[in-house]
Amino acid sequence: MAKMMTPAMERLHKKKRYNVTGVSSPGREAWKRLARNKTAIAGLVIVVFLLLVGLFAPFIAPYDYQVQDYTKMLQSPSAEHLFGTDNLGRDIFSRCVYGARYSLPIGIVCVILGLVVGGGLGVIAAYFGGKTDNIIMRFIDIIQAIPSTLLCIALVAILGNGVIQMIIAIAAGSIQGMTKTCRAAIFMVKSNEYVESSKSIGVSNLMIMLRHLVPNAVGIIVINAANAVSANILTVSSLSYIGVGLVSPTPEWGAILSEGKAYISAAPHMVLFPGLVIAVTVLAFNLFGNGLRDALDPRLK
Amino acid sequence: MALLEVKNLKKHFDTPSGRLHAVDDVTFSIEKGKTLGVVGESGCGKSTLGKTLIRMEEATDGEVFFDGKEITGITAREYKPIRMRMQMIFQDPYSSLDPRMSVSALIAEPIKTYRLAKSKKELDDMVFELMDTVGLARRLAGVYPHELDGGRRQRIGIARALSLNPEFIVCDEPVSALDVSIQAQILNLLMDLQQDKGLTYIFITHDMSVVKHISDEICVMYLGQVVEFCKVSELFRNTLHPYSMALLSAIPTPSLRNRRKQILLQGEIASPINPKKCCRFAKRCPHATEQCHENEPSLKESSVKGHFVKCFYTEQLKQP
Amino acid sequence: MSGNKILEVRDLVVHYETDEAVTEAVNNVSFDVVPGEILGIVGETGAGKTTIGLSIMGLLPKPPSHVIQGSIRINGKEFIDTRYEPKSFFNLAAKRMRKKTDRHIEKVYRTIRGKTITMMFQDPMTALNPVMYVGDQIVEVIKIHENVSAAEAHKRACDMLEMVGISASRFKEYPHQFSGGMKQRVVIAIALACRPDLIIADEPTTALDVTIQAQVLKMMKELQESLGTAMMFITHDFGVVAEICSKCMVVYAGEIVESGTLEHIFENTRHPYTKGLFNSLPNLDEDADRLKPILGLMPNPMDLPGYCSFYDRCEERCDRCKEKNPKLIEVEPGHLVRCVHAKAMGVE
Repeated sequence: MAKMMTPAMERLHKKKRYNVTGVSSPGREAWKRLARNKTAIAGLVIVVFLLLVGLFAPFIAPYDYQVQDYTKMLQSPSAEHLFGTDNLGRDIFSRCVYGARYSLPIGIVCVILGLVVGGGLGVIAAYFGGKTDNIIMRFIDIIQAIPSTLLCIALVAILGNGVIQMIIAIAAGSIQGMTKTCRAAIFMVKSNEYVESSKSIGVSNLMIMLRHLVPNAVGIIVINAANAVSANILTVSSLSYIGVGLVSPTPEWGAILSEGKAYISAAPHMVLFPGLVIAVTVLAFNLFGNGLRDALDPRLK
Repeated sequence: MALLEVKNLKKHFDTPSGRLHAVDDVTFSIEKGKTLGVVGESGCGKSTLGKTLIRMEEATDGEVFFDGKEITGITAREYKPIRMRMQMIFQDPYSSLDPRMSVSALIAEPIKTYRLAKSKKELDDMVFELMDTVGLARRLAGVYPHELDGGRRQRIGIARALSLNPEFIVCDEPVSALDVSIQAQILNLLMDLQQDKGLTYIFITHDMSVVKHISDEICVMYLGQVVEFCKVSELFRNTLHPYSMALLSAIPTPSLRNRRKQILLQGEIASPINPKKCCRFAKRCPHATEQCHENEPSLKESSVKGHFVKCFYTEQLKQP
Repeated sequence: MSGNKILEVRDLVVHYETDEAVTEAVNNVSFDVVPGEILGIVGETGAGKTTIGLSIMGLLPKPPSHVIQGSIRINGKEFIDTRYEPKSFFNLAAKRMRKKTDRHIEKVYRTIRGKTITMMFQDPMTALNPVMYVGDQIVEVIKIHENVSAAEAHKRACDMLEMVGISASRFKEYPHQFSGGMKQRVVIAIALACRPDLIIADEPTTALDVTIQAQVLKMMKELQESLGTAMMFITHDFGVVAEICSKCMVVYAGEIVESGTLEHIFENTRHPYTKGLFNSLPNLDEDADRLKPILGLMPNPMDLPGYCSFYDRCEERCDRCKEKNPKLIEVEPGHLVRCVHAKAMGVE
């Protein structure tokens, strides 16, 4: 019923989408908004696709990424070798496919680790404030004084090359960012009156942190986490590019890029394709992160 | 018998600019089943007073006796059983409820915290009973606060406060954020609950007309101090303190007849940081004299029993 | 001929359209404002009073909000153009014309906003730019609309500050150095700087303490009398209306349910909603045990009934009320009531 039926109302009624009172939680409404954002869904689809490519690499890659064929060095892209071959005759396409097992998953795992450690520290610092906050933040300040790239390099130098070592190094470098983000998010949420309300009832500090602060800060934290993944993907590639962490024959995209730098003029395809793949991955994650931010924007609540 | 006795309560904050005297030397008592209205404008310390009474803020000095027991000096653990008996209703129904919790989860939270329900069924029964008491339809149990209007949200806040069966409730401006027609509904509810359960209220507000309906006694606060304390009818019939007079007269009358003559105060409210030891209202008072700027008056009983005023001018008037 | 009316609103209908539902914010609102009068617009949250104010100023965000029909004339000039209504997604010609007319209207609005009509918003804490001197914020308005030198603008800004009771020496101070009441005075100074014909004040004193509200209202009244500016005063407080307004209209669910002079509304209240509002006010002068609230809630503007919106909460309802939406009936000269039970003039 309405005071005045307009064409817009008729259209909605016909679609049966006329939602007068939707009983839904803020979480569900955020999902709905995200689902409507086409660029975000596109980004998500690409990311999932790349993860699946990495998972099923042995079935997708036409060649073994390590096999060297000296008869087919530096070949341009062709039907047999979609991305061409490198200076040792290895198929670049296969190498890129296997490379999906490195940058993207490492980026995601590092963010999760960073969230758990850094986030935990940030939540504790923000909730208790005062001296606890001071101690934790000074500790973070010390870590932050070391440029994160150098820190990663130093850690890899100590720990050695390899996937696990890379994960530890990059996670360590991103802790300070996560701590600060989570601390700021919790500060914002802490000032809400419902936290006071729970305190006045006598809810314990731990319960307030877990039940009230973290769920409400999740939106802000998740947005930052999505952006952090993009940054970490680039970090992994950059470190491999300079020869730290994951080195040949590991087919990490940055490493592949690095191998091509001597052959840029002779065989630009060696640099072009891994570069493109890195760019597409980062773009996809950024699109998804933007969509996430729009969906979780607290102003829309 | 006085359920709550407050003696010389002080709450000061240390700020970069100095010591903020939010609550300064407040003394009063409330009897069981009665309502004390606390009136004042922003910055007078009434909210801080409410929070200090239920130990959400720790008092800087002074004593609070609840049912004969002193509660400002005891540890948090000793205070826990008393906390169940003293609850608070918050002002802003839009921010005092966690937006991620449904109505039933919000009402169940206090019950769960103190483990008052032995089974899920008992918990559900208690929640539904509370919803009935405050006038929330049972079908709203799974709904989220942002889908409800201010009046219903405030009912959730009241249900939360009632869930622990308290004897004493601090109502911190519970109807200020509500529309007029809903205000009346919530005020009626609060008064009915008081009658049914024998509750004792402190009703904090800036709205004189609201406080008149619900209070038995009133104290008027200005810059952290009580400037007038008396029975409700006394305040409106025989207003003594110049600030109370100005406050009353400033309320716009919703009628074309019997319009009150407005006493307009000059100037701005003084700062509560490091206040001078003189009458804090002197700068704006139309009756201020030298004495008012130099010395601080004390809260004394006027010629009417039970009516206390903190003012030199009123004392002078008392003298024949 | 519109005579000398500053504002004429006729049959205004505004909807907010989202993917999920359509909110009928303003439903067939018509009223006038003549020079020098203060019109009070009373209603509760969600009644649509702010939407009315924003649509007059042309400040409604175009994508969700949609003016379906109506006319807003400011000093005789029409500001609503609903000629081109895109009937479907691909009706590109209509869309283009729509964009063109919107742009044109916006251009005209830019010349009158601040000069002929201004708006004062509710929250003084956020209405001022925190990084500009208060004096400069007044100068900004003057310089946009009037061709005066910087020195002249500065002088006029100082005059405005004095007029609202702030010493001109505070020209170079920032908003955070002022209290709430003083900030609102600065907002008033900005609104009056170019001597507009009409000010739309959206709950300007709601956020202020009661003693400060009294000061600010007195000042607004004096200024209005001396400058002859007309005002639309949006509020929910009948006390404020009695203090400052000359005419009043009560808004419920996007419609005007009662309008008239103060005597009409206060002394001869006819609409059940208005009566209910007055009854639910706690009265300082009387003693009553329980208050008389209006039971129920305002209907959801996404789902308004085709009959009287107040039906569910009305104590005087009958079957006739459900037939169709009641029209405004003139019960005495100038006093309009939207109720089936109101008797028109000269009818027994």
